[in-house]
Amino acid sequence: MAALDLLLAAEQVDGVLGRPEQDQLLPARELQALSFAVHIPLVCFGIAFPAMVLFTEGLWLRTGNPVYKALAKRWSKITLVLFAIGVVTGTILSFEFGLLWPNFMATFGEVFGVGFTLEGVSFFVEAIFIAIYVYGWEKLPRRTHFLTGIPVAIAGVTGSLLVIAVNGWMNDPGGYDVVNGQVENVRPFAALFGGNVWHELVHMYLAGYLVVGFLVAGYYGRRWLAGRRDQYTRSALIIGLTFAALAAPVQVLVGDWAARTVAVKQPVKLAAFEGLEETTKGAPFHAGPIEVPKLLSLLAFHDPNATVKGLNTVPKDDQPPVNIVRFSFLTMVTIGTALMALGLWYLVLWWRRRALPESKWFYRALSAAGPLAVVALISGWITTEVGRQPWVVYEVMKTDQAVTDAGGMWIAFGVMCVVYAGLLAAAWWLLRRLSATPAMEDISR
Amino acid sequence: MTLAVACMVITLAGLAAYAVLAGADFGAGVWDLTAGGATRGGRVRGMVQRSMSPVWEANHVWLILVVVVLWTAFPTAFGSIFSTLYVPLFGAVIGIIFRGAAFALRGQAATIGEARGLGATFALASLLVPFFLGTVLGGVASGRVPVGNAAGDAWSSWLNPTSLTVGVLAVLTGAYLAAVYMAADSVRADLPDMERAFRARALLAGALSGAVAIGALPVLASDAPDLYEGLTSGFGLVCVLGSGVFGVGTLALVWSSRFGAARVTAAAAVVAVVVGWGVAQSPYLLPGELTLEQAAAGDSTLVAFLASLAVGALILVPSLVYLYRLVLRGTLDQNYEPLDQRFKPK
Repeated sequence: MAALDLLLAAEQVDGVLGRPEQDQLLPARELQALSFAVHIPLVCFGIAFPAMVLFTEGLWLRTGNPVYKALAKRWSKITLVLFAIGVVTGTILSFEFGLLWPNFMATFGEVFGVGFTLEGVSFFVEAIFIAIYVYGWEKLPRRTHFLTGIPVAIAGVTGSLLVIAVNGWMNDPGGYDVVNGQVENVRPFAALFGGNVWHELVHMYLAGYLVVGFLVAGYYGRRWLAGRRDQYTRSALIIGLTFAALAAPVQVLVGDWAARTVAVKQPVKLAAFEGLEETTKGAPFHAGPIEVPKLLSLLAFHDPNATVKGLNTVPKDDQPPVNIVRFSFLTMVTIGTALMALGLWYLVLWWRRRALPESKWFYRALSAAGPLAVVALISGWITTEVGRQPWVVYEVMKTDQAVTDAGGMWIAFGVMCVVYAGLLAAAWWLLRRLSATPAMEDISR
Repeated sequence: MTLAVACMVITLAGLAAYAVLAGADFGAGVWDLTAGGATRGGRVRGMVQRSMSPVWEANHVWLILVVVVLWTAFPTAFGSIFSTLYVPLFGAVIGIIFRGAAFALRGQAATIGEARGLGATFALASLLVPFFLGTVLGGVASGRVPVGNAAGDAWSSWLNPTSLTVGVLAVLTGAYLAAVYMAADSVRADLPDMERAFRARALLAGALSGAVAIGALPVLASDAPDLYEGLTSGFGLVCVLGSGVFGVGTLALVWSSRFGAARVTAAAAVVAVVVGWGVAQSPYLLPGELTLEQAAAGDSTLVAFLASLAVGALILVPSLVYLYRLVLRGTLDQNYEPLDQRFKPK
């Protein structure tokens, strides 16, 4: 154990800007977390919505039914609005990397920066084609218009791939050597695609479909329940619900893959999922007051008697804030399971009777499912990000080494809270405004 | 050309593109702000809405590109700049949020009151962003950013003569570019009154920008002598003179209502200034502190970065060409509608 500690200590990197005073650490972390929590749900729309819009436009091209066109056009406008807001919240993030974590960026920017370069290109392509697609309705030939939407859908996925590659690297760093406490011999592509990227990507990608699919289905489900049983509402409901219901069961399997990877690569984070203090053979899992024997071992290693490392395998200072991680993980898993159940309810009924559920309770649950999916999404990111603490680069650089020495971060945090509240209120107002114009009128203009 | 120089050329190219394209979007905000009351300003604001809508998001991405290049290729400089100049950079961020969100929302406003409130927010924020980013450039160029974590002064690093001059100049040039571009758009949209309005604005803003640029020289000479030296000798001087020639040429073209050509020369004047600045402070990235070569990341990163960007350009360049071709041909043109007319009962 002592040898391992020495090894770990030897691998740690001195920040090139020197040791910060750290009194800005808490506001910097709060501001960063807030900024991610606002941006990530918008990312879901970048990942999933373009594909749903194109699917719907494809239905229009094949059937000629104007309902599909009205739906695709309406959704494409929403995509553009949310993209515009995502552009500004994403810009905030890129600035905050430097404003809040200059020492992290100065030290490791050269290791993972290429990921953001490619992401920048991808984002650029998305911005270009989203404008062409949305402003090109009625102006471009039908087939050309459909084709201009495809780069939007692809770029939404590649962009998130590259950002997640950086996050995967932070959780499982590699692709460089440490010589005398300095980063040397950088291998950028090994850094980006050697880490935790793949399960994180698929997990986030499906989360995008869950969030968007359930939010869309929930909205049209409420209209359906209120008696607006026209073809437009029905099509919108079915499309949203189908995407979400298909993603939900797969997400549970991918979550299992993610947990098993964490068990191997970040055992302390896994221990925090359960708050497991001591290394335990056949470790249980607590869901609130209920203890399920051996469940954690089963989840982490697919073996009820496997040994799970405890938190105390590392010093207290190297452990994450356990209760936050544990509560977030439980929240995510609980909601994920419930969403899967809801999805299966719909899928089974559809498969057997080709009909939408009749029960009012289904639609009540459905209207809660969208917001709950957002809660699960944020909880998942809290699980992985807070679970990585106290490290910004896992076992290499601590977050308190990364932080800025500039003052005034509490003020910045306060101001940004107000700004974000205004932004969310504005987005809400705008979506309501859009929904007030009947969509079928929209296509005749 | 070394790898570091190649990366700096890309940074400056991105910055120039941002200044020429997004700068004009911010400038459009200036004209929106000064258009007058709801009725009188309705036509100008309608034109701003029409010209900016399809392009402002893509134009904005150049800024992200510049930031990303800096932290990938020159990480130490990035960390030093962002930690020292955090006040104007936070200011710019807030401006970016209000500008983008208010503009996107104004397109959906249902009453003239909503449109005016959102429009004022959009237009005021359009002043803040170029001003704050200009002060950041001024702080860097005048050697006020030391290497280190917030090692420079949080206030004097951007509240100084050079920064303030560059900030004002950034706002004015944006307004100038916007007026030239929108005069050309008005010709295409067949709106002679708008053509006259933006022609007058272009001449005014052009003359003002020129005057401030000339007035900046003595300011730089006393506040940032090294930068001044670089701008008044060798290739730096060529750039400054070139910018002057393009600027005067643009005024002449605008005067004779040849807006298509004026679009190009106006952009060239701005590009020449950006290039001149780069030349003037070479070999330094942070003057007096850190040369370009010292600031550069390892070769493997720079090569990977340049290769990624080259591959990306294979997709990006045709995409941009396609967008601007559609825009300039008028395929994506929105119906022109004076902003106040939108809310009149039809």
